[in-house]
Amino acid sequence: MSYELIGIAVLWFFLYGYLIVASIDFGAGFFAYYAKVTGKNHIINKLIARYLSPVWEVTNVFFVFFFVGLVGFFPDSAYYYGTALLVPGSIAIILLAIRGSFYAFENYGSKKSNGYMFLYGATGLLIPASLSTALTISEGGFLEVKEEQVSLEMSKLLTSPYSWSVVFLAIVSVLFISASFLTFYANRANDQAALKLMRSYALFWSIPTIIASLTTFIALSQHNEQHFENMMDLWWMFGLSVGFFMIAMLLIYKGKQYGLAFCAVMFQFFFAFFGYGVGHLPYLLYPYLTVYENATHQTMGTALIIAFIAGLFLLIPSLLLLMKMFLFDADYVKGKR
Amino acid sequence: MFELDSVIMSRMLTAMTLGFHIIFATIGVGVPVMISIAEFIGIKKKDPHYRLLARRWTRGFVITVAIGVVTGTAIGLQLSLLWPNFMQVAGNVISLPLFLETFAFFFEAIFLGAYLYTWDRFKNPFYHWFLSIPIVIGSSFSAVFITMVNAFMNTPDGFTMKDGVITSIDPIDAMLNPATPTKVFHVLSSSYLTSAAILAAITAFIILKRNSHSYHRKALKLTVTATFIFAVLTAIAGDLSAKFLAEHQPEKLAVAEWHFETEEGADLILFGQLTEGNQIVNEIRIPNALSFLAHGDLNSEVIGLDQFPEDETAPLWVHYMFDLMVVLGIFALTVSLLYLIFTKVKKWNEHNKWLLILLVANGPMAMLALEFGWIYAEVGRQPWILRGYMKVENAATASQHVDTMFFLFLGLYILLGTLCIIVLRKMFKNNPVELELEEGKPTSGGDY
Ligand code: HDD
Ligand code: HEM
Ligand code: HEM
Repeated sequence: MSYELIGIAVLWFFLYGYLIVASIDFGAGFFAYYAKVTGKNHIINKLIARYLSPVWEVTNVFFVFFFVGLVGFFPDSAYYYGTALLVPGSIAIILLAIRGSFYAFENYGSKKSNGYMFLYGATGLLIPASLSTALTISEGGFLEVKEEQVSLEMSKLLTSPYSWSVVFLAIVSVLFISASFLTFYANRANDQAALKLMRSYALFWSIPTIIASLTTFIALSQHNEQHFENMMDLWWMFGLSVGFFMIAMLLIYKGKQYGLAFCAVMFQFFFAFFGYGVGHLPYLLYPYLTVYENATHQTMGTALIIAFIAGLFLLIPSLLLLMKMFLFDADYVKGKR
Repeated sequence: MFELDSVIMSRMLTAMTLGFHIIFATIGVGVPVMISIAEFIGIKKKDPHYRLLARRWTRGFVITVAIGVVTGTAIGLQLSLLWPNFMQVAGNVISLPLFLETFAFFFEAIFLGAYLYTWDRFKNPFYHWFLSIPIVIGSSFSAVFITMVNAFMNTPDGFTMKDGVITSIDPIDAMLNPATPTKVFHVLSSSYLTSAAILAAITAFIILKRNSHSYHRKALKLTVTATFIFAVLTAIAGDLSAKFLAEHQPEKLAVAEWHFETEEGADLILFGQLTEGNQIVNEIRIPNALSFLAHGDLNSEVIGLDQFPEDETAPLWVHYMFDLMVVLGIFALTVSLLYLIFTKVKKWNEHNKWLLILLVANGPMAMLALEFGWIYAEVGRQPWILRGYMKVENAATASQHVDTMFFLFLGLYILLGTLCIIVLRKMFKNNPVELELEEGKPTSGGDY
C-alpha cells in the first residue's frame, strides 16, 4: 500500500473511532435531557455520568487526532477546507467548547440545572449536524473557486436535499449508537429500570436509522453519481452492514447478549463508513483534492506513519487499561466504587 | 486609519484564542507536576495533609483542564481556518510534532481519567501515584511539541525551497530547529513557575484571611520552595533564550532592547520612552549589560536595527513586554527567596502579613509575565509568520466573516472565564479543608 493510502486509512479509522465514542456521548446528552423532561431522569442519569465522566477528554482527542492528522498527511486540505469551513467550523468549535466545559463544570462542580441539561442535550444533536457538513462538502458542488479564492455557497448547501439527508442520518445514528451502548452498559450495571428504558430507545431509533441510510443513498445518487456508482460496486460492504444491523436488532429485541448486540452495531457502522469512504477515493474533496496529488512529501508521510505506529504502542495498552478500569470492572460499573 | 480586513481580524482572533488558551495550558502543564510532588511527599512522609493537598488541587485542576482542552481544540482548528496558506506550507514540514502532540494528549487524557477516579482503589498508595506520572509526561510533552512548532516559525529549518516549491524535507531537522532547545526549556520552566506561583498565591491568601492550619503552612512551604526553584530555572532559560536570539534572530533582540546601532559594549535599557528620531529618554541604563546578556561578554558586539530593512522588523513597543517579563521574573525570584530566608531565620516570622501579600500578588504577576513573554515572542517575530519565507499578510484566510467569528469567540471566552471562576469558588467555599480534615476523609465530589 502506498503511504497516501495508509495515511487516509489511519485517519478514516480514527474518524470512525470518533464516530462511535462521540455518538455515545452526544446521544447520552439527548437522552439525559429527554429523561429529565419526562421525569425519568432518576433512572438513567447516574448511569450516564458513571460512564462518561472518565472518558470525555479521550473522546475529544479522537477528533483532534483526525483534523491534525488530515492537515499533516494532506496539507492542501487545510487550504480548501480551512477557507470554506470558517463559519460552520467555528460554530462547531463553539458548540464543542460549551458542551465540554459545561460538562466539567456541572459534573465536578455543582448541581445540574435545567438550563445546563438543555444545552447538554441540544449540543449533542447540533454538533453532529454541524460536523457532518464537512462530509457533505467533500462530495463537491458546494464550493466556488475563483482566482484561487475558495468560498462556500451557503444557499446551495442549505437547499440541497443531500445535505439535509446527511444531517438527518447523523442525528439518528447518534441516537441509535448511543442507545444501544447504554443498553449494554445498563445491563452490565445490572440496572433493570435503566435497561428497560434504554432498550426501548434503541429499538425505537433503529427504524429512522435504516430509513435515513436509504434516503441518503438515494440523495447521493442524485448529487454525485460517480461516488454512488463506486459504492454500488462495493455492495457487499453495505450488505454486511445491513446484516449486522439485523443481528443487533434481533439480539436487542430478544433481550439477550447486549454486548454482542453493541458489537454488531459497531460492525454495522464500520462497514457502512468504510464502504462510503472507499467509494469516495481517490477524492478528498471532489473534484479538487485527491489523496495522491495532494499528499505531503514522501519523507513526511513516512515519518508520520512511523510516529503513528510508535504512538499505537503507547495508546493501545493505555486504552485497554482505561477500559479495564471503567468499562469492564463490574464493581465500578455497578457504582460500588 | 484602521482597516479591519481579514488579515487583521485573523490576527486578533488568533491572539485572543492563544492568549486565553495559554492561561489554562500553562496550568495544565505545571499543576500536574505539583500534584505529583505533593502526593509523593504525602506517601513518603505518611502525612495525610499532603495527599489531601494533591486531591484538592486535582479537583480544581479538572475544571481548568476542561477549558484547556476546549480552547486547545479551538486553536487547533483555527490554525487551519484562519491561516490556510500557512498551514498548507507548514503542514508539509512541521506536521510531525503537531501529530506527536495528539499522542501526548491521548496519553494525558487517558491517565487523567484513571487518576481521578481511583484515589481509594489501590492498597498500595504508590500505585495511584504512578498514574500521575503519565499525566505529567503527557502534558509536558504537549508543551514541548507545540513549542517546537512555534520555534519552527521563528527559525524554519529542515527543508529546501526552490521558487516557492518545497523540494526536500527532513522532519527531524525541522523539529530540532535552532530555536527549539532554548524555547522548550524556557516555556517548560516558566509554566512550572507560573503554576507553583499561583498555587502559592492561593495558599497565602487563605492564610491571610483565616487562621492558618498546619495544612496550609505545609502547602505554602512546598509551593514557595517550588516557585523559587522554577524561578531560578526560568531566569537561566531566559538568559539562554537571549543568547539564542543574539545569534539567530538578532532583530528580535534589538527591537526588544531599542538597540538601534550595532555597537560593542552595548547598554541594557530598561523602560524609558522614545522621542522623535528614536531618542530614548527617562530610561534606566545598565552599562554594557546588553552585551553580556547577548554573548556573556561585557564588550562584545551586538547587532542593532540598522542592519535590517525597516519593513522587516517588529513594532518597538514590544520593548515594554520584554522589560515587564524580566522584571516580574526577578520579582518572583526575590519574593520566594525572601520567604525561604524568613523560614530559616528563627526570629523572623514567615507568615508575616506583608510577605504573604507579596506572595499573593506574585501569582497573577507570574501569569502576566507569561502573557507578556508570549506577546514579545510573537509580535517580535512580525512581519513574518514563517521567518524569511512567508509574511503574515500572505497567510491569512480571505473569508469575509472573520469579524463575526471574532465576536462569537470573544463571547465564548468571557462566558468560559466567568463560569470557571464561579465554579471554582463554589467548589472550595462549600467544602473547606477543615471539614475534610475533621471527617478524616474527603467528602464531596463523589468519587474523587
Ligand atoms: C513566568 C513567565 C516568564 C518569566 C518570569 C520570564 N520569561 Fe521570558 N518568556 C516567557 C516567560 C517568562 C515565555 C512565555 O515562556 C516566552 C514566550 C515565548 C517563549 O519561547 O517563551 C518567553 C520568551 C523570552 C524570550 C524570547 C525567546 C524567543 O522568542 O525565542 C527571551 C529572550 C526571554 N524570554 C528572556 C527572559 C529573561 C532574560 C527573563 C529573566 C528573568 C525571563 N525571560 C523571564
Ligand atoms: C500560547 C501562547 C501564545 C500566545 C499568547 C501567542 C500570542 C500571539 C499574538 C499576540 C499574536 C499576534 C501577533 C500580531 O498579530 O502582531 C500571535 C500570532 C500568531 N501566533 Fe502566537 N502565541 C502563542 C503561541 C503560539 C504557538 C505555539 C504557535 C504555533 C504553533 C503560534 C502561532 C501563531 C500564528 C500562526 C499567529 C498568526 C500570525 C502572526 O500574527 O504572526 N502562536 N500569537
Ligand atoms: C498554536 C498553538 C497551540 C495549539 C494549536 C494547541 C492545541 C491544543 C489542542 C488541540 C488541545 C486539546 C487537546 C485535547 O483534546 O485534549 C490543547 C490542549 C493543551 N495545550 Fe494547547 N495548543 C497550543 C498552544 C499551547 C501552548 C503554548 C502550550 C504550553 C505551553 C499548550 C499546552 C497544552 C496542554 C498542556 C493541553 C492539555 C489540556 C490541559 O491539560 O490543560 N498549548 N492544545
